[in-house]
Formats: sequence, structure tokens, C-alpha cells
Amino acid sequence: MTAKDAVMAEPRKKKSAPRADAESMAARQRDISVSEFFAKNRHLLGFDNPRKAMLTTVKEAVDNSLDACEEAGILPEIAVIVEDLEPSRPATAKSSRYRVTIVDNGPGIVRKQVENIFGRLLYGSKFHRLKMSRGQQGIGISAAGMYGLITTGRPMTIFTKPKVGQPTHHIELAMNTKTNRAEVTFDKEVKEFPPVRLRDLSSGTKALAEQGGFLTAAEFPTGTSVTIELDGKYQKGRGSVDEFLELTAIANPHARIVFVPPSRVTEDEEPDVLAAAEATAAAKAAVTTETNGVIVFPRGVQELPPEMREIQPHPKGIELGILLQMLKDYELAEKGGTLYNFLQERFCRVSASTASSMCDAIGVSSRAKAGDIEPPQAEKLYKVFQESKLAPPPTDCLAPIGVRQLLAGMLKGVRAEFYSASSRSAEVYRGRPFQIEAAVAFGGELAADEPARVIRFANRVPLLFQQSACSSFKAVTETAWKNYNLQQPRGGLPVGPLVIMIHMASVWVPFTSESKEAIADYDEIRKEMKLALMECGRKLGTYLRKRQKMRREGERRDVFERYIGEIAKAINDITGEDARKVYDALLKQARSRTAVADQVLDEDGKVLKDEPMDEDGVIVVPESMAAGAGGAAAPEAPAAEAESPPGKRRSRRATEGSAAARPSKPSKPSKPAKVDAARAELRARAAKASGKSSGGKGTDGPRLF
Amino acid sequence: MAKGKRPAVTRSLKERDAVTTRKIVDLVALVARNSLAGKEPRLEIPTRTKGNTIWNKKRGILEMGDGVAERPLFDLKTAKQFMQTMLHSSTIKDLIAAQKTSSLRGVFYKAKHTVAGTKENTFDTQDESDPILEDLEVALGALREELHIFAENRGSMVGNITIVDKGDEIDCRRMGSGGYALPSIVEPDVIQFKKCEAKFVLHVEKGTVWNRFNEDRFWEKNNCILTHGAGQPPRGCRRLLQRLNQELGLPIICVLDNDPWGHYIYSVIKQGSISLAFESSRLAIPEAKFLGIRAKDFKECGLDDAVKIDLTENDVKRAKEIAAYPWFAQHRGWQREIDALLSNGFKMEVESLITKDISYVSETYVPERLKRKDWLE
Ligand SMILES: Nc1ncnc2c1ncn2[C@@H]1O[C@H](COP(=O)(O)OP(=O)(O)O)[C@@H](O)[C@H]1O
Ligand SMILES: [Mg+2]
Repeated sequence: MTAKDAVMAEPRKKKSAPRADAESMAARQRDISVSEFFAKNRHLLGFDNPRKAMLTTVKEAVDNSLDACEEAGILPEIAVIVEDLEPSRPATAKSSRYRVTIVDNGPGIVRKQVENIFGRLLYGSKFHRLKMSRGQQGIGISAAGMYGLITTGRPMTIFTKPKVGQPTHHIELAMNTKTNRAEVTFDKEVKEFPPVRLRDLSSGTKALAEQGGFLTAAEFPTGTSVTIELDGKYQKGRGSVDEFLELTAIANPHARIVFVPPSRVTEDEEPDVLAAAEATAAAKAAVTTETNGVIVFPRGVQELPPEMREIQPHPKGIELGILLQMLKDYELAEKGGTLYNFLQERFCRVSASTASSMCDAIGVSSRAKAGDIEPPQAEKLYKVFQESKLAPPPTDCLAPIGVRQLLAGMLKGVRAEFYSASSRSAEVYRGRPFQIEAAVAFGGELAADEPARVIRFANRVPLLFQQSACSSFKAVTETAWKNYNLQQPRGGLPVGPLVIMIHMASVWVPFTSESKEAIADYDEIRKEMKLALMECGRKLGTYLRKRQKMRREGERRDVFERYIGEIAKAINDITGEDARKVYDALLKQARSRTAVADQVLDEDGKVLKDEPMDEDGVIVVPESMAAGAGGAAAPEAPAAEAESPPGKRRSRRATEGSAAARPSKPSKPSKPAKVDAARAELRARAAKASGKSSGGKGTDGPRLF
Repeated sequence: MAKGKRPAVTRSLKERDAVTTRKIVDLVALVARNSLAGKEPRLEIPTRTKGNTIWNKKRGILEMGDGVAERPLFDLKTAKQFMQTMLHSSTIKDLIAAQKTSSLRGVFYKAKHTVAGTKENTFDTQDESDPILEDLEVALGALREELHIFAENRGSMVGNITIVDKGDEIDCRRMGSGGYALPSIVEPDVIQFKKCEAKFVLHVEKGTVWNRFNEDRFWEKNNCILTHGAGQPPRGCRRLLQRLNQELGLPIICVLDNDPWGHYIYSVIKQGSISLAFESSRLAIPEAKFLGIRAKDFKECGLDDAVKIDLTENDVKRAKEIAAYPWFAQHRGWQREIDALLSNGFKMEVESLITKDISYVSETYVPERLKRKDWLE
């Protein structure tokens, strides 16, 4: 019935049927189950279209895995597998059926919690506390499972192994949307974890597994595997699973992530020698690699983020409604607890004397019971909160990524020439502590003439949508990048080979909407973002200016070196002075006079130096290397690799084993920029570059003798 | 005959070459010492620019000042010139050792090659090479012939004089239609004056005019020597004129075009040039006279309008510059002459006199002016 029909039909209908009364309406009034509500309003949680549904499913599961691993103190090892269940669908299909599996080496889930976690919305461990974590609302994973159930009718499959040496629970469950409860359809204990099936998916997974790089029992002594079948769409590009994982890897350099995207490769294909060799390289690589259809985001650093403390809310950080609720909760828990105690126990930064002066201020005795506080008094109290002078909330509840890890993450994920990072100290907005970090990557293989790519993170989770609504985006456009030798159209993003990363860590990130896609634009937050960007920008500007100077000096040196040979020879002809001696002496002078040109050459006379910076928070990959991928294979490369056909994709492969690449010298702790992995990577690239750079700024000038 | 006759160079050739070689070796040895000592090698080259040119009023010639330009090796502006100077030093030393002489072009080719390990040439054109040789002359304080370099022959001579050139006796009365080609080195050890009857030298601007006078046997009828320098006279021509003037006391009388270029050529013959100021005392002839063509000649000779060539903007600019040269600025006659040129608004070539008659210039114009001593000095 169209709207028009409805209007026309109404008068007649209304006359014939008796109008509803309170009685009959009451018969229809009942609880709306949250899950029912969600089923109808799935767009609120990021399931608006098939492609986004796929992404959200992966995202919720990966977020949970990372949270769980970190909480349990385990270096995360995560596999994301997307299987195409309808490979023969027409190319025009808007959506298709996929099976998404996320496996982690986290603490696992005890048997009795499985139904609650996966079968109920709004059930979680993170909602009730003020602690930095990825998930917040406890909607995440069960919503994804429900979306799958609604679109395919298939239950979720969970394997979880909470104890080393104990069996794995294999459970399949479907959510009853009416009751918001799970219905278990399969429940068995099995031995294996992770599920063997996943290792044999393709020649790529098999090869990698054989090299110990994929879902080995040893790497997964405990853990959880979640499988959801859903109607979705897999497509690369902005807002894709690929991008999400790429960015997650950047913000979580302590995690190793293996991604098996859907492919139509037939499963009986045998892994050949080549595949095995490539898998070996991929298993050990320090940078993101793609071999045989499997993408490996390697671990960049070996330390977990520090453990975070849970904090009580700050009086200035709550709303009146929350205050009322807190009073109620307190009465429930403490039965007759006083307001005086309530203030001290349930808030941070409220001392005994502050608590009593607050009681005074609203005209109640400090022995008044929290349960007896009337709403008007609560409102007074709320006002007192705003006016009182309180220390800002503690900030040790935050776990910033840190300059060193930011650089490590950027270095392995973005192929640039220059990296700088900055981590601001904690600040407070509306009584909530937060901390801003930024990083920039410049040059190298990044596209030169496009607007900068801005990558945004909240509590290490990439934000993929609504960029222009995000505070961070505004901060980027309001920063004067021209000061740092970059182009920037008025009010726009800077243009150039540039990636800008912004991270906000907070116990409560203010999102603009439920789908958690953009950070709300608080002045305090934007200001910090701009300061962090300026810090990175300054370092970049310094670098760019130095690079310019280096180039000029390099050219000068070339000129001098060219003529020195002729001069030495003429001197020899005229005076009989030894030409070699004169040549060497002049060459030495030419070099020292153009020493700036050397600043990228390291102490081994080869590749890397943190100069021109001498500042922390910067990594420079010499140009020749950044562009030098795809050259000759590194000496350590297995023979099979050196012979691989030229048509194969080679550019993103690191051929040097991370163990072999570890620098022999201990890295100086004063320079967080000197990341082991970074060096390994640089060396790997350098080895490639040195194979092809002849006649460049080598150790010898033009030869005469 | 002569007033300030100069003594011929008496030093033996061998001795002279040894001195020059010594100078080159000293210059380059200093470069080597500095190089080995870790000091930046630099050459000091007296500057051949207007700013470093001094007008010696008493002698009536231009002289080079004391200004010196540094030519450091490690400077983008001078690195290549430094290298080129070294190459030419080597070439010259070799020439002297081999007892050979070479043309400027020959030296250019000798030193021209690609820089080892690059695609760059040590010299691209001769225009790059010639100034380096002039630099060496001033840096070493050695004359061109002492460096065993010569320029192409340019200019001709005919007239009532007999000379000896490298031992060959040459009677300049019997030189046919082409005349005796003026070599670039005309020093007394190469050319000696054997017998001279001529009473003056008539120097004309270019070969075509010289041909006219030679065909009309002007030098025979007027007992003189007839020369031309193919435009701005090269060093060989100027040096020979100076020797004829100083050693034989012959007045030098110039017939040049009535335009700023003609005035400039006269100025160079008389006072010397900026770029060769260091050679002025060997080249300049302060007593040289400018006979014509004069600005007044259009009227005085009754010339046709067709001979007028409009002054260009550049001509006007040049004329004013020349009027400001210190030796002209003090000279009322020259100020009037240049003013007349400018107020005429046109210039005239020597050939313009042909409109009167083919031999008007050689048979009427010059003889009459000589008789009247109607010239500028
Ligand atoms: N992979 C996992 N390993 C261990 N615990 C998990 C895992 N996934 C979810 N959980 C637990 O289940 C809870 C609910 O998860 P979820 O529904 O995504 O909500 P949220 O992440 O917002 O808390 C989490 O708080 C966590 O305690
Ligand atoms: Mg979650």
C-alpha cells in the first residue's frame, strides 16, 4: 500500500474498526528486545550495506581479539580468513555469501560465558568501567553474529580454548532475537586448536603453515576462533577489510596479523618450490608481504602496550542523568551509604575535605545518605562539581602507542622515505583524560601529487568513515603545512607524498555517533591534535630543507669530483707530483667540503643515519633505498627466489630474515627511533639498493687510474 | 727617424723559455702543495675588467690595475675554469718543451677531451679556451709568444718597406694584390725592419677599402705603407703598427667608418683595450690620427642621401659611452665629432665616398686631407 492509498483508505477503515482503547493497547505493549530493535536498525551499528557489514564483522572480532590478548598480557597473533562461499555468482551481484573467521591466541573464553558473550547484545566486560579499550558498548561481536544469522540463517561457530593442555570447546549457537538469548545448536569438546581446516584452505595457507607462519598449535596454546557466515561484499579500497587490517597493523605494531582474503584459487593446487621459498620469506619478513594470496602484517615490536589502570569518573566528566544513576547504584550496593563516602569512593580527585565541602555547598550533612538525595539536590551537586577546583583526572589510565611504536608501525606499513612521530602528554576534556599522538610519513613510494592520506585511530582502532566530520581531519586542514615546505590549498589537506596519522587514546572517546566513525570536535582535543601535527611537521620541514641542501651539496660534490682527476693529471704532467696522491688529497677535501651530502650514509659507510635529525621521533630511509625495491635480491635470499620469474610481484617482499638482520650493536636507548625492526628493514632495502646503484654517491669518484 | 726607439729583446730564446717554464711550474707546484696540505688550491688571476683598468693620462694609454680575482677549486663558479687553467698550463709547458708553437685553435683542440668518467667536455668551444689563455698570460706575466701561442694571421700590409720575417727578406712593394699577411707574432726576434722609405702608415678598417687603395697604387704615389686589420685589428697588426711608429717614427693615420665602431677601433689603436690592458705598452699608439670618415663629410664632400645609414638605438648608446671615455671626454675635437655624428642621426662607411667616384677616396679625399692635416688626434 502506498502512502497515497493509505490516506484514501483511512476514513473508511477507521469507521468500520473500533478505535483502540487503553485496554487493547496494553495488550500490545511489551518489552522491545534489544536484539529485535537492532535487527530493525542495523545501520546504527555499522551494518548498513553488505560491504560495510563485512568490515564491521571483521572489525568487531579483531577488536575483541586485541583487547583480550592485551588484557591477558599475550602478544597478539591474529588470523583473519574470508572464504568466498559463492565463487560462481554473477559479477554483477550486489552481495554474496562469505564465511568470516577470526582466530586469536588470546586467553580464550570459559565455557559458561560463551552464550552470554556471543548470544546477547549489551553483554560485555568493558561498558561498566572507565578504562581504555577498543570495544565499549558490548554490542560488537554478538551483533555481527546476529547479522549473519539474519542474512544467512546460519549459526555462529566458536572454538575456544581457555586452558593450555585442556580441550577446546566447539560450540555453534544462534541468537533468539525475541528473547535476546542464545540457542546452542552444537556443543562438543575437541582436541585441536586452531581448527586444522583453516590451514589447508589454499596453497598459500599451506605453505605458510608449513613454515610455522600460520595457525600453528605452538603459537596458539589458548585462544578463540569465531566464524560467522554472512551476506556481504568483499571489495578492496577505502573502507575495506584490507584497509582496516593495514591500519590496525600500523597502530598495533605489537600484533602479528595474517589475512587470507577470499580467492577463487582451486584448493587442490599444490604448493610448488617457489611458493615454499616465498612463504619462508614472508614468515620472517619485517614488512607487510603478500605471497600466494596471503597477506602477512608482521610484528614490529616485541612489547605489549603497558597495562592500563581503571579509573573512577571525574566529577566534571559526567552528566546529571549519570549522577542520578550513580546515586541509585550506590544505594543499591551500599545500602545506606553516605553521600560523603559516595563522593570519595565513586569519583576520582575527591578528597575527604572536598567531599565535606561539597556536602556543605548543597546544604546537607556529610552523614546524609546517598539514597536520600533528591533530584533538586543532585542538580545542585552537579553545579557544584562544575564550579569546584579539582585536580584533573589521573592520566596513567591511558596507554598511548608511543613514539617508538608509532614509528615502527608506520615503517612497516607505509613505504616512505621519512617518518616522524609525536606523542603529546595527557590532557583532559570534560573531566576525561585523553592523549593525542601523531605521525607523518613522507616520500618514498607514496603518490606525489595527491592530497595527503589521513589515517585516524581511536584507542588503536582505525576509523574508516566520515573523515570530514572528524576532529582530526579539521586539525589537519587547520595546520599550516606550508611552513613545513609542503603545498596546501586553502582550507584543504596538504598535497604531496604524505600520510598523516592521528591517534586519540582515551578512557572515553567522544564519537559523533554510535557507529564510532568520527571523533567529536572538542576544542581541547583539536588543539592537542594540532600541536602534535605541528611537532611532526616541524621535523618533516627540517628534513625537507636538509634534503634540499644535501641534494645541492651532492651536485656540488659531483662537479668537484669530476674535475679533480683532470687536475691531478695536469699537476703530474707539469710538476711530476704523484697523481694518485694529489687525487686522493683533493678528493678528501671535496668530500669534507660537501659533507652535508653524506648525512644519510651511516657509520658503516652505507645506508642509514638518524641524521639530519638528531632529534628523537624520526626515521629516515635514504631515498635510493626507498625507491630501490625490486632490485637485485638480497644476498640472504634463497636461491629459488633469485630465479623467480620477473613477472611475479616482488616489490613488497623483504628477503632478509629478521634474526639475521638484527644489528650487532646494542641500540641506544636514548634514541627510540632506532628500532631494531626498522633497521632490519632498512638494511634489507639497502642490500637491494646497493645492487643497482653504481656511479651514484658510491665510495669512488670517476676513476682515472 | 725615431723618437722613442725601443731596444730589441736581447735575451736568448732558450733563456726566455726556461723562465716561462719556471713560472708555470711554480704556479702549479703551489697548487700541488696546497692540495697535499689539505688547503684549498686557488689561483690568483689579475682581472681584465673595466673596473681594473686605469687610464694613464701621462702615457696616454690604458693600463691594467692591481685587481686580482681568486679562482678557488671548490667553488661551483670557478671549479671548471680552475681545471681548464691547469690543462692549458700543461699544454703550454709541453709546447715549450717541444719547441713548437700553436695557434689558439690548436691549443683548444689539444686540451679538449671528455672528462674521465663523464660525458662532459673539458672545453666545449674555443670561446671558452681563448680567455683561459689570456688569463694565463696575465697570471704568469708572460707574453703570448712566450707561451708559444699565436693567433691566426689577420690583416695585410703593402708599401715602401722591406722587412725580414724569420730570416726571409720581404719586399712589401712586390706583394701583388693580396699584400703581406700580418702574422700574430711580430716581435723583433721574428720580424726586423730592413729598409724603409715610407713616410707614414695609412691604416684602413677593412680589406675591401685596402684593396681600393692598393689597386690605385696609393702607397706608391704617396710614399707610405698601407695596412688593414680586418675590422678591429688583432694584436699582431697593432703591435706592428706600434713598432713602425716607435722604431721608425712613422705617423699612423687611420681611415675608418664614421660610426661608433670606427671610433672604437681608433680608440683601441690609440689607447689600448680593456681586455688587453696589460699589453697596452706594447700595442697602444697614443699619436695615432683619425683622418676620416668625419661627420662633416656628408656636406663637405657633397654626398648623396643614399649613403646615409640610420643610427640605431644601440649606436647612440655606444656613441655616448665612447664620448665619456676619459681620453675623449677631455678632447674638444672629439666631443664635437661625436656630437655631429649624433645630430646627423646617420652613419657612413668609407665606401660611401665611392658614390662620388670609384677612386675619390684614394685620389682626392685622403690626399687632400693629408695635405690640410685635417685629422683628429
Ligand atoms: N576473542 C575473545 N577472547 C576473549 N574474550 C572475548 C573475546 N571476544 C569477546 N570477549 C569477551 O566478550 C565480551 C563481549 O564482547 P563484545 O560483545 O564485543 O563487547 P565489547 O567488546 O564492547 O565489550 C568482551 O568484553 C570480552 O570480555
Ligand atoms: Mg567488542
